[in-house]
Amino acid sequence: MDITTLTYIIVGITFALYIGIAIWSRAGSTKDFYVAGGGVSPVANGMATAADWMSAASFISMAGIISFQGYDGSVYLMGWTGGYVLLALLLAPYLRKFGKFTVPDFVGERYYSQSARFVAVLCALFVSFTYVAGQMRGVGIVFSRFLNVDINTGVIIGMCIVFFYAVLGGMKGITYTQVAQYCVLIFAYMVPAIFISIQLTGNPIPQLGLGSEMADGSGFLLDRLDGLSGELGLTAYTEGQKSWLDVFCITAALMVGTAGLPHVIVRFFTVKRVKDARSSAGLALVFIAILYTTAPSLAAFGKMNMINAVGGKEGIAYKQAPDWFKSWEKAGLIGWPDKNNDGTLQYRKGRAFTENKLEKAEGDATGPFGQVIYANEVDASSENEVYVDRDIMVLANPEIAQLPNWVIALVAAGGLAAALSTAAGLLLVISASVSHDLLKKGLMPNISEKTELVYARISAAVAVVIAGYFGINPPGFVASVVAFAFGLAASSFFPIIIMGIFSKRINKEGAIAGMITGLLFTLIYIVYYKFIDKDATLLFGISPEGIGTVGMILNFIVTFVVSLITPAPPQSVQELVENIRYPRGAGKATAH
Amino acid sequence: MEPSKNDSADKTKMQAYWKKNISYLLILLSIWFLVSYVFGILLVEPLDQIRLGGFKLGFWFAQQGSIYTFVILIFVYVRLMNNLDKEFDVDEK
Repeated sequence: MDITTLTYIIVGITFALYIGIAIWSRAGSTKDFYVAGGGVSPVANGMATAADWMSAASFISMAGIISFQGYDGSVYLMGWTGGYVLLALLLAPYLRKFGKFTVPDFVGERYYSQSARFVAVLCALFVSFTYVAGQMRGVGIVFSRFLNVDINTGVIIGMCIVFFYAVLGGMKGITYTQVAQYCVLIFAYMVPAIFISIQLTGNPIPQLGLGSEMADGSGFLLDRLDGLSGELGLTAYTEGQKSWLDVFCITAALMVGTAGLPHVIVRFFTVKRVKDARSSAGLALVFIAILYTTAPSLAAFGKMNMINAVGGKEGIAYKQAPDWFKSWEKAGLIGWPDKNNDGTLQYRKGRAFTENKLEKAEGDATGPFGQVIYANEVDASSENEVYVDRDIMVLANPEIAQLPNWVIALVAAGGLAAALSTAAGLLLVISASVSHDLLKKGLMPNISEKTELVYARISAAVAVVIAGYFGINPPGFVASVVAFAFGLAASSFFPIIIMGIFSKRINKEGAIAGMITGLLFTLIYIVYYKFIDKDATLLFGISPEGIGTVGMILNFIVTFVVSLITPAPPQSVQELVENIRYPRGAGKATAH
Repeated sequence: MEPSKNDSADKTKMQAYWKKNISYLLILLSIWFLVSYVFGILLVEPLDQIRLGGFKLGFWFAQQGSIYTFVILIFVYVRLMNNLDKEFDVDEK
């Protein structure tokens, strides 16, 4: 059976499964809709959290980024897992005991202030919309590459599916669908990794394969990779180029950002007891770690296969290049500007083109060797002639390793599961922020639970449409706004939630001043270095991705100092802080 | 919430519980910091001189070891806290 038919069948089966689960578990009350009735088992919650957390970026892009950056790619591995330690130890149990529905709920009550709640709602909406646009785009890309439909049609199909189960099922529907999506995505990630690990090293466990000797007897895989990189003039795979301070700051911003993301935090409101909140953070990390410890193996295997496929230092004639090289070239994800016109691929240090997104030349022109001609400017400062899009490492790995067609179809279903599960979780945060924090707790306090549920569904529906719009017309800066999401979550939410739990003395003046300082500092730094003056010298060499760490430190300092010079919070708030520190009585706390 | 007895014995007990919790946090977070920021970033070059099979040790911590440690840390914390909750009688019934 050909790949497209197989992909249709596998993707079709998974979609039917998601919809079936959504119908079986639809929400009946606001509590079902926001926190799945507060009675999800820790294992199910762990899997759902893992699927929620691992987006199209984790599934499709991360291994590719590590593949090209080597050691420097470690920031994503440590950054996107270490945050769960912070969540489990510092946030999840206390927020569960607090027992409300949303992060702005906590901010509003702990800091006894509607303005604090409002600032928190704005941050939550901004972070979630940025993120969800990227997911819808991811859905579109997977559809267009594997199912031969137009990207926009792909986005619309994705919208309909998410619409169906997020609007109908709320958190309850989403949670059980995400459990299924986790199973699909982890299976789809592991199967090719295991196959390739056996091919290259003979070891069926990819995590161990990374540290094993090559099956062809050419020494340890990583040493071989360092050697090959050296021959091509690239930085050794196991060494980095970034400064230690930059690596430090980016890792910290990603970790703290993870712990401050509203769609992640809200998962811990869905379990029964405080002790379940602790263990489900641990289980979530186990499920995430399975993928995250496999990613560096997949990255190294992919790099090895790719260097060999393009003939290493000598290069190979374009005519002899493997089929996958040409088919992904047609898809615009591989490019070969034959800089010296010798008809041979030369993979070297530096960039093949000056830009990172390829545009085909008019009329689908081809060069003298049959290669696709791109309209992009060739980077003359480097001898490198091979452009490879990062996303290929996961998507094309099965083809590069010549695995059977069903494995390739499975990867498509996995990518869709990763993107859809994250999109659904984010849409729920958006809808809860609007119907619960903005309407019920703000503008329309007198609405009944039934009306609130209607508003929740309407806002989820509107959010799907807006997300779809951004998926079809992506703002040019989608990739760079991800830095926003983490930086803002790290510099706004995290410090004031932590201090709100661990100190009774921190008051609303401190929290508002701290949130605004952290947010503005981070926002201005990112906007300046990403959009206004891209080539300016960075402050202490910290890239915009890592500046959230500095914003967070500023937030801590400002919140602390301002709180000390203004009056202590009221007695009732101090009692609330006292109360969330002890687990007993969490079951009753969910009631309004 | 149980009806809280405001007698001082109860209060001292609660403070002892919280203090113990904080000391667990400090120890576990130090390990968290050590495996990722110290072993994986600050000391990566000297550690890379040591080999662990086909891995350089610093590189292994950055791409594998830190993640395994994170998982273990959370489960150790869950265990410690479940016991502490029982010991101080604040666990959920």
